[in-house]
Amino acid sequence: MNRVAVTGLGIVSALGLTVPEVWDKLKCGQSGIAPLPDRGDPPYRFSNGALAWGFEPTRYFEEKELAMLERFAQMAAVAAREAVAQSGLDFRGPLANRTAIITGSSVGGQFSEEEGYLQLYKKNNPRVSPLTIPRTMSNAGASRISLEHGIQGPVYTISTACSSSNHALGQAFWMVRQGTVEAAIAGGSEAVFAEGLLRAWEALRVVSQDTCRPFSKDRRGLILGEAGAMLVLENWEHARARGAAILGEVVGFGMSSDAYHITQPTAEGPANAMRWALQDAGLSPDAVQYVNAHGTGTTANDATETAAIRKVFGPHADRLLVSSSKSMHGHTLGAAGAVEAIATVLSLRNQLAPPTANYNEPDPACDLDVVPNVARCAAMEFAISNSFAFGGLNAVSVFRAVR
Amino acid sequence: MAEETLQDDIDARVIRVIAETQKIPADSVTMDKTFEDLKIDSLDGINIVFGLENEFNISIPDEGMESMRGVRDAANGVRQLLMQKASASPQS
Repeated sequence: MNRVAVTGLGIVSALGLTVPEVWDKLKCGQSGIAPLPDRGDPPYRFSNGALAWGFEPTRYFEEKELAMLERFAQMAAVAAREAVAQSGLDFRGPLANRTAIITGSSVGGQFSEEEGYLQLYKKNNPRVSPLTIPRTMSNAGASRISLEHGIQGPVYTISTACSSSNHALGQAFWMVRQGTVEAAIAGGSEAVFAEGLLRAWEALRVVSQDTCRPFSKDRRGLILGEAGAMLVLENWEHARARGAAILGEVVGFGMSSDAYHITQPTAEGPANAMRWALQDAGLSPDAVQYVNAHGTGTTANDATETAAIRKVFGPHADRLLVSSSKSMHGHTLGAAGAVEAIATVLSLRNQLAPPTANYNEPDPACDLDVVPNVARCAAMEFAISNSFAFGGLNAVSVFRAVR
Repeated sequence: MAEETLQDDIDARVIRVIAETQKIPADSVTMDKTFEDLKIDSLDGINIVFGLENEFNISIPDEGMESMRGVRDAANGVRQLLMQKASASPQS
């Protein structure tokens, strides 16, 4: 089996519109959560969000192109451009057919769908834009990346709510590892700040009325975020042969389903996904130093995730650094797995675990070292990144440091 | 007497919302039942609260929801919010 190198990273998120900007904030524990520009009428129950502040589509696309691209697809394409540029890969040639694109998105393009409904049900206008379908389809981001770079290999999109892009990354990792493709662009994107979608999240009562405080006793829920995040994965030998800079290594992936409840988490399901991921990597639990937690900041997730980590790691759990970068970039839903994979690769590369920001007080139900508020320098060789979704679907990736 | 009728009416409407949301017979929902008795989990609870907000045109805060353990709690909570609403909007 092939080793799998990470040779490119790209991101747009509340913490910045490039990887260096995002890392500068992550390592300082600086949050991108701020008041929503549009508070809703009547106001939403929540007033803060993690928007991709300053993401101005016309900086990246022609007007004509934008007519075809929803925000989630724009963010996917922009993140992919940065990742591809960093990798230095050239897809004009045999690599075009030997490269995959696998993206994750929870809901695809909501803005066009809502605009269509507005016309149809409010304005009583039965004429819905012909671009609604190509704009809303969940694979619009993946297809745009394919068109832009001329990539003609396997291209598809996975939709598993908040695990979407961790599943996408895992699939891409396996395809490169088994030699189905030489390289893959994997990640995800989500643009959640559409009114109907915000009202739906509001009704579910899981969004915090102040900020996101994962693992803190006074946590009150998640903060919604938007992002696009992509990683270029590449056959290790292929990357070495062309002298590419290798930023990290993907060494394992595992997934599971709770088969328990549509929204309530269990410890056993996530624990199984972590076990499978470690087994896939050929690692024993005590080889791991850092966990980028799912850590949404809801009462249920953080306590359950703590229990799951304890089940898998036993006494070693007390030696792990466990942090939730969602405290800074928000919960980016279908993009979360990829955003946090990038955070994990950068943590290993810089030997610095980003903190869990906004942390106030210890919770006995979340009694791990959650790196409260201040980043921690540590010798780290292996890290895992957890994603757990509504529907009980869990995905865990394992990374190795390359320095 | 009028107050009692109003109270009965609120109780009956709360019971109806719970029964309709849970797809269970209304006569299985009595004032003494806890949500646990009725196998109502947290997502069901959110759905019931949403139904009660629609039925009574009120807004139920998260804290209020967390303290609701059964049918009587729900009816009392609704009653309290309706009283607050009545005192906040002056009668013409």
